[in-house]
Amino acid sequence: MFPPEFDYERADSVAEAVDRLAAHTQAGADAELLAGGHGLVPAMKAGDREPDAVVDLDTEDLVGVTEREDSLAVGALTTYSDLADSTLVREHAPVLADAVAEVGDVQIRNRGTLGGNLVEAHPAADPPAAVLAADATLVLVGPDGEREVPATEFFVGERETVVDPAEILTEIRVPAAGDGTNARTPETGTRDAGASGAGSTDAAYVRRTHPATGYALVGVAAVLDRDGETVTDARVAATGVVEHAVRLPAVEAALAGGPVDADARTAAAATADDDLDTGRFRSDPSASGEFRQGLLATYVERALAAAVV
Amino acid sequence: MADHDITLTVDGTTESLTVESRTLLVHALRDQLGYTAPNVGCESGKCGACTVQLDGDAVKSCTILAVEADGSEVRTAGALADEADGELHPIQAAFHEEHGLQCGYCTPGMLLTTEALLAENSAPSREAIRHALKGNVCRCTGYGTIVDAVETAAERVDASDYPDSATGDD
Repeated sequence: MFPPEFDYERADSVAEAVDRLAAHTQAGADAELLAGGHGLVPAMKAGDREPDAVVDLDTEDLVGVTEREDSLAVGALTTYSDLADSTLVREHAPVLADAVAEVGDVQIRNRGTLGGNLVEAHPAADPPAAVLAADATLVLVGPDGEREVPATEFFVGERETVVDPAEILTEIRVPAAGDGTNARTPETGTRDAGASGAGSTDAAYVRRTHPATGYALVGVAAVLDRDGETVTDARVAATGVVEHAVRLPAVEAALAGGPVDADARTAAAATADDDLDTGRFRSDPSASGEFRQGLLATYVERALAAAVV
Repeated sequence: MADHDITLTVDGTTESLTVESRTLLVHALRDQLGYTAPNVGCESGKCGACTVQLDGDAVKSCTILAVEADGSEVRTAGALADEADGELHPIQAAFHEEHGLQCGYCTPGMLLTTEALLAENSAPSREAIRHALKGNVCRCTGYGTIVDAVETAAERVDASDYPDSATGDD
């Protein structure tokens, strides 16, 4: 199973890759950016995509995790394996660590990248739900410079994002989660190191694996900021259920201001599909939309329990 | 320009070759260079029969362009017995003794994923073994004997014996 013919070009920097993509786009050619290749290469082999050119972005500049004052900066070319092994990610963005550990298998995690995954925008991939629940900001670089896009505005359709043809996702900025002594304060959205001492953040990603594809049948990411037992801010996102990963505002509203005990989790989970029209649920021979809709409530409840118990 | 001159170090041997843009690493290894240990199974990145180590990491060579791997070190299952002077490598011997294979098609991939696992975790639990081998499909054994084989191999293999199988930390 060979991909159709294409021109391969290697770019050693983001600037060079942007230039190459822009040149192809202006010439009317269809060019694809190659990151880890574990979305693109299978799609090309299957004939789903037939680019004229593939630009292989090969730079260490986009590899690795950096701790900043109020966020973690994850380079877009960081592999799932490196993220799953990262102490920084485990401590400050646990929902992301949970989600990338679910992706594919060892060989895929050794090669696939977070940035590639997000731009692929597979409707049942795990990382999109995690970056939504983590309230991440995505940094895009294109011919006109850099722009920052909140994760909530990044996914716009099935395998569709706001990334323009000559733009590159370079960095995923995750606001650092609290650990009890270093929590995000909801009033300002900034980290307040140890000032109150009362805040904490709990997070989890859980999923039911699709029996055929290995992607999520339903996956739910939950991040809960708490002051004592009270939820000050809840961010809950689901993947696999509709055309792209989405936040679940009704669940978040149901949790805000209250506890996360078993009753509260059940009540919040009952609102899981409130924001989603029934006809919007994905359906395939393995699982109907109705089945996914039912699973969603169950997995919201499990994600909340996994986060706090 | 669809042709590219690349250099790979395969099982310790430097190989220079010309590949098309679309040539997959597994085909470059098998068809152009004659390293037939990695097998072509599902061709879609699921079965792991094509597993090799690329700069120390277990990867699926059917999902990587050969030109992407230019300059890399590739390790195939063919290196295992070669390094043991023609005797079975301890991981191979464990698969043999524990009946960790029947038809053997998946075995080269299983061996290299196992080697990478043991380099990271010299005493994995059965659950950790199953987790690590998720990307290697066997249609014969039902996996029980494969997990047995990896456990047996773990008892015999000292990760420090295999500096070439470093897990990418270097």
